[in-house]
Amino acid sequence: MDLRKDKKKDMLCTAVALAAMFIVLLVMELTMKSTSILFTVMKKGVIYALVAVSMNLLNGFTGLFSLGQAGFMLIGAYTYSILSMPVSVKMGESVYKYYDCAIGIELGIFPSLILAGVIAAVFAALIGLPVLRLKSDYLAIATLGFAEILRALFQWDAMGPVTNGANVLRQYKDLTKVKIPFTNIQFPPTLFCFLVSGICIAIIVLLINSSYGRAFKAIRDDEIAAEAMGINLFKHKEMSFVISSFFAGISGAMLAMFQYTVQAAQFKTAMTYEILLIVVIGGIGSVTGSCIASFLFIACNEWWLRFLDESSNNILGLNILRSGFRKVVFSIIIMIIVLFFSKGIMGDREFSWARIRAFFARFKKKAAASEGGEPNV
Amino acid sequence: MSDVILSIKDLKVNYGGIEAVKGISFDVEEGSIVTLIGANGAGKSSTLRTIAGLVKPAAGKIVFRGDDITNCDTNVIVRKGITLVPEGRRIFPDLTVLENLRVGAYLRNDDISGDIQWVYDLFPRLKERSWQAGGTLSGGEQQMLAVARALMCKPKLIMMDEPSLGLAPLVVRGIFDIIREINAQGVTVLLIEQNANMALKVADYAYVLETGRIGLSGTGKELLTNDDVKKAYLGS
Repeated sequence: MDLRKDKKKDMLCTAVALAAMFIVLLVMELTMKSTSILFTVMKKGVIYALVAVSMNLLNGFTGLFSLGQAGFMLIGAYTYSILSMPVSVKMGESVYKYYDCAIGIELGIFPSLILAGVIAAVFAALIGLPVLRLKSDYLAIATLGFAEILRALFQWDAMGPVTNGANVLRQYKDLTKVKIPFTNIQFPPTLFCFLVSGICIAIIVLLINSSYGRAFKAIRDDEIAAEAMGINLFKHKEMSFVISSFFAGISGAMLAMFQYTVQAAQFKTAMTYEILLIVVIGGIGSVTGSCIASFLFIACNEWWLRFLDESSNNILGLNILRSGFRKVVFSIIIMIIVLFFSKGIMGDREFSWARIRAFFARFKKKAAASEGGEPNV
Repeated sequence: MSDVILSIKDLKVNYGGIEAVKGISFDVEEGSIVTLIGANGAGKSSTLRTIAGLVKPAAGKIVFRGDDITNCDTNVIVRKGITLVPEGRRIFPDLTVLENLRVGAYLRNDDISGDIQWVYDLFPRLKERSWQAGGTLSGGEQQMLAVARALMCKPKLIMMDEPSLGLAPLVVRGIFDIIREINAQGVTVLLIEQNANMALKVADYAYVLETGRIGLSGTGKELLTNDDVKKAYLGS
């Protein structure tokens, strides 16, 4: 009874916190300069949070060590930008300079976003058929390989009429083109990213807590026992792989919206490693960990550590700062995290109000004890 | 004599080129406890894994309640009412006790709260530890959890692969009491054991497996007094 009451209270807390977050975001967007670095970090952070959570669904909850995330983001980004590009731009010379564009349709933002996920999921379903029969390291190698093949395929000259070859795609519907429904007013872009990512992450969390999620975790813990319980291993792995890729596709599409331009060369293996890093730092098997880590990672990468790259800054008269130094410091921070938080920031736990209440209760007790002058045993 | 629930005919199992089971036939009667005993490598586990559909047989036939299930997938076999308590317990260490039980009932779509209550009544210890992660339980508790998890899909036939493995004698006795209890509630039990003494005591009927073939068979009591069995498995 008490537990159920707590659960209700927790849900209320979460709802209030989320509402507060969105209101704060809205106020910030209406009052602050939209070019502020803070918004850039928040937008990119929340996009990476989605792809990190989708990777965590696969690596952390289903126990499939897959490294194909960048490939599926690539599919999502391309699908979105090609579909949402106005027909006049496609037929013009400004983007498809060397090819005649073969896609004669233009879709709105939401259909394009969803199709970006669907196409990524279809590719994942096909790739999953052979690849998911492999285990551990071999699965990682195979998915990595497929991601690279996809990138090469999209850059291929023969694909030019669709993908514009190795050239840049632009002038599609980016974040500034999102309108508040039935009006012509621009939708606050950061809020838009938070809304789309938030909905997607909420769906993944619901999935993880459903009976399918339990089956995924059972497969992660012990494949043989899971199979003996009647869980069809291949079917569930494929399901997890396809769903994960769907959301990777959507986050790829949002990345395209955020960047204004898309080029296949960006979606290299290094990108998958960045996402893997976020998952590992946040904690394998923790959704909140992935979200926190992705904001930290993006903030460090784009903002907080940028000053290290400027050779005009001196520390103690030494001229050690130069472009690229940021990466050195960053690597050291990562090593420290891996050494001292070997399971990541959150381990496999999730954020919970109960723990916060417990923390404050302990804090209060301590304060009371020290006020009373009693020894703290 | 009651009906035969499971019937194995000329079952052969190969791993690569190695014949693990070389054509065995036996029947399990409904409502009984049947045990397969034998040394390591006799093919006991392979037999169970094949019945559960985890390994495909090279030849032979497995009939469960009149249906041929020889080449069925595990999920079909579980749905028909056979579950396996795997060797070495194999509970899900990062899931809570309750979640372990829920995974056990994964193929069921009906209400399982009554059955959770049922297994908690069978294993009161698990009820106390309902929110604990499976991996934090002791060996005996993990074995209880593995049995409880298998019971969650309401099996007609429960197969146990060495439930006494690595457990203290007192705990082993508790596990065997549970096996009797489950059987008394109408579940047929097919048991594999190294601990031949205990197994033969609870068994209605027993088969002795020797390097992939059935050597002896008889009621538990008969085999307990059989000189060959005594010499080879009971150590006296």
